[in-house]
Amino acid sequence: MTARLALSRVMAVAWKDLTTERRSKAGFNGVVFMAAITLLMFGFALGPDPAPIRTAAAGLLWLTVLLSGVLAFNRSYELEIEAGALDALLLYPGGRWPIFAGKLLANLAFVLLVEAITVPIAGVLYDLPLLTPLPGLVGVLFLGTVGFVTLGTYYAAMASRVRAREVLLPLLLFPMLVPLLVAAVGATKAVLAGDPMGYGSAWIRLLAAFDIVFLAATFMTFDYVIGE
Amino acid sequence: MSSASSAVELAGIARRFGSRWVLKGADLVVGSGEAVAILGRNGSGKTTLLRIVATLLRPSRGSGVVFGHDLAREPDAVRSRIGLLGHTNAIYPDLTAAENLGFTLRMLGRSVDPRAVEATLITVGLGAHANTRARGFSAGMQRRLALARLRALEPQLLLLDEPYSSLDPEGVELVTALIADTRRAGGAAILITHDVSRATSIADRVVMLDDGRIAPWTPGVLVAE
Repeated sequence: MTARLALSRVMAVAWKDLTTERRSKAGFNGVVFMAAITLLMFGFALGPDPAPIRTAAAGLLWLTVLLSGVLAFNRSYELEIEAGALDALLLYPGGRWPIFAGKLLANLAFVLLVEAITVPIAGVLYDLPLLTPLPGLVGVLFLGTVGFVTLGTYYAAMASRVRAREVLLPLLLFPMLVPLLVAAVGATKAVLAGDPMGYGSAWIRLLAAFDIVFLAATFMTFDYVIGE
Repeated sequence: MSSASSAVELAGIARRFGSRWVLKGADLVVGSGEAVAILGRNGSGKTTLLRIVATLLRPSRGSGVVFGHDLAREPDAVRSRIGLLGHTNAIYPDLTAAENLGFTLRMLGRSVDPRAVEATLITVGLGAHANTRARGFSAGMQRRLALARLRALEPQLLLLDEPYSSLDPEGVELVTALIADTRRAGGAAILITHDVSRATSIADRVVMLDDGRIAPWTPGVLVAE
């Protein structure tokens, strides 16, 4: 498969997923609503005192992203199953990694868009100072989201042919996400606090390393996961 | 095992799901330019056999060749020659008919010429619905769009699983024309159907899948049932 054909396929799959999502709207609206409600419920659970909420804010934010992102990943393959189109996708000759790359791009755009709405909501609800650390926060969110979406898209493919895929996906995905979650929460905490101890860059390097490992491992093995 | 004039050669194809052997050693040769219909009772393994030829399933035993390319060793070469129309239409409901076809062309690395797309849709009677989302299509229209997609693939080997379902008489003619066009171009077709009269009228040869093996079809069998 030539690079041109591979790129054409990646863009075609990403375009198709995003267009379908944009037109149906149900998925995106539901995920954003779910994220906002989750943030609100966490706020109620921690009580009116702002100090514990601020301390826990980074963790709450990432948990919210994780919970809402899982809905998006499931939906990504549901579209193929509902249309009976997964077989048709697999029958295009050439490697199957462009299908994964296209779905990864679409899911990345989806989750980043969800974050663009939910992070300001978290800022308001938890009284977080978002403007000053914004560039660092955007960088950390992006790096964490790349790793999260890579694993999510991969495991969603693995679970796609199973009847109980909605249950199976979090069971497969969440344990694998623990190291990434720890690094993402650590980096976000450091960035939100202005990084007084200078730990932020170590967490960010760790996040970048996770991203590279996850991307390499998933691209190398996707053919086996999506096959028979 | 392969010969130049054969489109498909299957030898001893067996497949099991768990402990149940669905196929027990199916042998089939389809020549270039030939259309073969496979009849069989429900659950006899017809779809499984078609999916094995399409490289979507691996046989538990046996081997197969499509236009000289081994199913197990050269799946990409096989995939570039086949067009599968299964039970589902592989149509994205939130894309328009033209977008669905355009997606197929982009996946094949071809440029999307709106006039060519429209011409293909006209061929299947969907010219007036090019910019309508497939969600609003009837089952028959969706099947026609699936046929348009199959035409865009330009396959040498058509694998058709109950292709006539949901189609009106005009739609049935589209399937017949697709098979005829493919055969004229030197291709071949394997057709699975329960419609005995249609199988005998369209295919050069009718075989039966019974007890996991291919056998010559005896007129009267399945009709009486």
